[in-house]
Amino acid sequence: MTTIDAGQVAQGGPPAEQPKPGTEAHPLHWKNRGHGHHWRTKDEQFDAEKLGMWLFLTTEVLLFAGIFCGYAVFRMLYPEAWAAGSHYLDWKIGMLNTVVLLISSWTVAMSVRNAQLNQQKWLQINLVITIVCAIAFLAIKFIFEYYPKLSEGKAPGTFFSYPYWKDPQEPLWWAIYYMGTGIHALHVVIGASLLGWVLYRSWKYKAYGSSEYTMVENSALYWHLVDLVWIFLFPLLYLIH
Amino acid sequence: MTTVDTTAGSLGQPQGGHYDEGSYLTPKGGTWATILQWATTVDHKKIGVMYLFAVLFMFFLGGAAALAVRMELLEPVRTITLADGSTQITGQLFGADPENMQAGNNVYNRLFTLHGAIMVFMFIVPSIPASLGNFFLPIMLGTKDVAFPRLNLFSWYIYVFGSIFGVISIVLGGVDTGWTFYTPYSTTTDADHWRVVYMILAAFILGFSSILTGMNFIVTVHKLRAPGMGWFDMPLLIWALYATSIIQVLATPVIGITLLLLIAERVLRIGIFDPGLGGDPVLYQHFFWFYSHPVVYVMILPAMGLISEMLSVHSRKKIFGYRAIAFSSLGIAAVSFLVWGHHMFTAMGELAAILFSALTFLVAIPTAVKVFNWIATLYKGSIVLNTPMLYTLGFLFLFSIGGLTGLPLGALATDLHLHDSYFVVAHFHYVMMGGTVIAFVGAIHHYWPKMFGRMYNEFWGQMGFWVVFVGFNVTFFTQFFLGTQGMPRRYATYVDEFQFLHVVSTIGSWLLLVGFLIHLFNFIHSLVLGPKAPPNPWGGLTLEWETESPPIEHNFHHEPVVRHGPYDFDTVVPPHCDAKDYPLPVPPQQAEDQARVIK
Repeated sequence: MTTIDAGQVAQGGPPAEQPKPGTEAHPLHWKNRGHGHHWRTKDEQFDAEKLGMWLFLTTEVLLFAGIFCGYAVFRMLYPEAWAAGSHYLDWKIGMLNTVVLLISSWTVAMSVRNAQLNQQKWLQINLVITIVCAIAFLAIKFIFEYYPKLSEGKAPGTFFSYPYWKDPQEPLWWAIYYMGTGIHALHVVIGASLLGWVLYRSWKYKAYGSSEYTMVENSALYWHLVDLVWIFLFPLLYLIH
Repeated sequence: MTTVDTTAGSLGQPQGGHYDEGSYLTPKGGTWATILQWATTVDHKKIGVMYLFAVLFMFFLGGAAALAVRMELLEPVRTITLADGSTQITGQLFGADPENMQAGNNVYNRLFTLHGAIMVFMFIVPSIPASLGNFFLPIMLGTKDVAFPRLNLFSWYIYVFGSIFGVISIVLGGVDTGWTFYTPYSTTTDADHWRVVYMILAAFILGFSSILTGMNFIVTVHKLRAPGMGWFDMPLLIWALYATSIIQVLATPVIGITLLLLIAERVLRIGIFDPGLGGDPVLYQHFFWFYSHPVVYVMILPAMGLISEMLSVHSRKKIFGYRAIAFSSLGIAAVSFLVWGHHMFTAMGELAAILFSALTFLVAIPTAVKVFNWIATLYKGSIVLNTPMLYTLGFLFLFSIGGLTGLPLGALATDLHLHDSYFVVAHFHYVMMGGTVIAFVGAIHHYWPKMFGRMYNEFWGQMGFWVVFVGFNVTFFTQFFLGTQGMPRRYATYVDEFQFLHVVSTIGSWLLLVGFLIHLFNFIHSLVLGPKAPPNPWGGLTLEWETESPPIEHNFHHEPVVRHGPYDFDTVVPPHCDAKDYPLPVPPQQAEDQARVIK
């Protein structure tokens, strides 16, 4: 049984001339990628990596479950605070961000398909659109939501200084709001970084193609999770009044 | 029965096999090169060995804190009035201040918190899966490595990173919140200091390490079993580790978000858990135990798997009820998620408490299935009373006591009397230490020849066992009495009539120290001077005994093919063993025929 270790190929004595990145001769080109030495076939490794990703996504869902559970408990305890809190949020901005994320979810799904069909140009275009959407999401979030709210004193915990509050438990609402959307925003950053890495390798090495797209697919799965969490956060935070 | 021929030269070298490799322990290059290789290795065996030494170090660190706790409890702390009318505080060993009783008590609080936090987060959760599990799971499955070797190395570094945060917190003065970080202790004590945050952060980071190990194991079990190995041909340790991994993956993220919220609560005072700000401290307890109760089974399930292995091998008998044991592991994992409420019976409504109590009793069913199956396995086995087997039998005794004393704690009426008393302390030490640690130490002996290629000294191994076994019971059985008489946990002081039992318990803790030191020196002696171990010293049938001791870099000379079950002692001569040492039993029909002929 011959196995090709990607690492070994990459390190294994280079010929007299280093092949240029992006050409078919380069070891990181998708046609030259093997599988780990402990796998029997490349397909098995692909299946395993996808299973691992799904398990990881399970942990992410459970991580956010803690936030949602806290949300449910305090909404039961303090319904007035929650109603008042939701009034401070502009559903139009939330809706805009939802649309932005849904578009990015579509483009990232397309990029996986492009990788499978070896459409290098479209793979990169779709990834660029996805990353632009991620940046747009964060920009909208920070410029139209976090910044004005924080400057009015609608902040969590000790920093709460909003003088016109209607319910004494409003700081708690802001705590859940900032923890939920903050951790989600962190996931947006991580997801966009992963996709940026995929884009870089695709652009520099043509690293992904019909037989090598695990990284594209798993990053896309992660991005869908980011999208999905927002799909739950949006109505629970913006649309409850 | 085919075995891997280790003297491969005589057979020639089949193409693609690993016949020219040395053991994984053979250093390549100079000292620094070797250290660098170990630090950057993706070999599951090296990572397992590094984990083993790290968790044992943490065990001794946490043990030192426990000894200090027991020392303090030798004498109750009390304020006495002298003849001249002045007062004096006696019985305080640590941080004693003749004027201020609280100063010494604070030191005591820090010591038991350190003991708990180190033992739970840095020792017992990663202990068996990350060390022995990492080493043996791929070998038992007949593969070269875990599914994601680099992720495995990453999880090791996360563990180191998290532990460093824990140690920083200790160096800065330690925390006194209790290992559970209950609010409002964890949100109010040492409010001007970051060390509580560091300790919480340590637990948060260590959680990631646990998740990654669990994911790795699940995928490895699903995708990397050797040819011929179906799900029910897997050794029971693998089933146990699989069930453990499911819990790790599903429960740990919840503690992640909980500790994150707790840090935000402490730093930003967001008020989720602080009743003064409208928060709910019981919500914290629900979140915490939703992780920490399942994690109790992360601690015990791998130990149960090890017991299944050792019991079968050292009594040379096919395990009784293989499927029942395998499924009971999964059953425990499933029920483990439904019982967290029994940590807070007094903080919930009656109906919820009754439901959680009933669910708690469900845990007893799969657990008892295991215990009865183990005992049935022993029946008519050829039991060899060596160190691993003594530890296995010790486990059966101690774990049964620990399990049965859980029942009065799960019952609402008795729990009202016993909760937060030394009865609880004794109960979970019987399960965690009498169960997990005893099985772990036994299994280290069992697998020592395979891991390091050296035999340990059997006499001192058995001596160590007896000292540990006696010391353990002296330390903790007394605490059942203390608890039923009303001694609450986590107090530095107590009424005078408890002193006798406390002194006995403290003497037991010294015996434990002596016992573990015997083992430590025995292991060091074995590494330096121990005789070379044969590939299969115990006559085991699982795949790890087919390869060499210690295993070669790629585990097997060529990919093993599974042709018999892991415990078929009645039909298979173990690999690398002489058939005359392991005669197969005569089938009943044949025996009858022979008897008739003789007649």
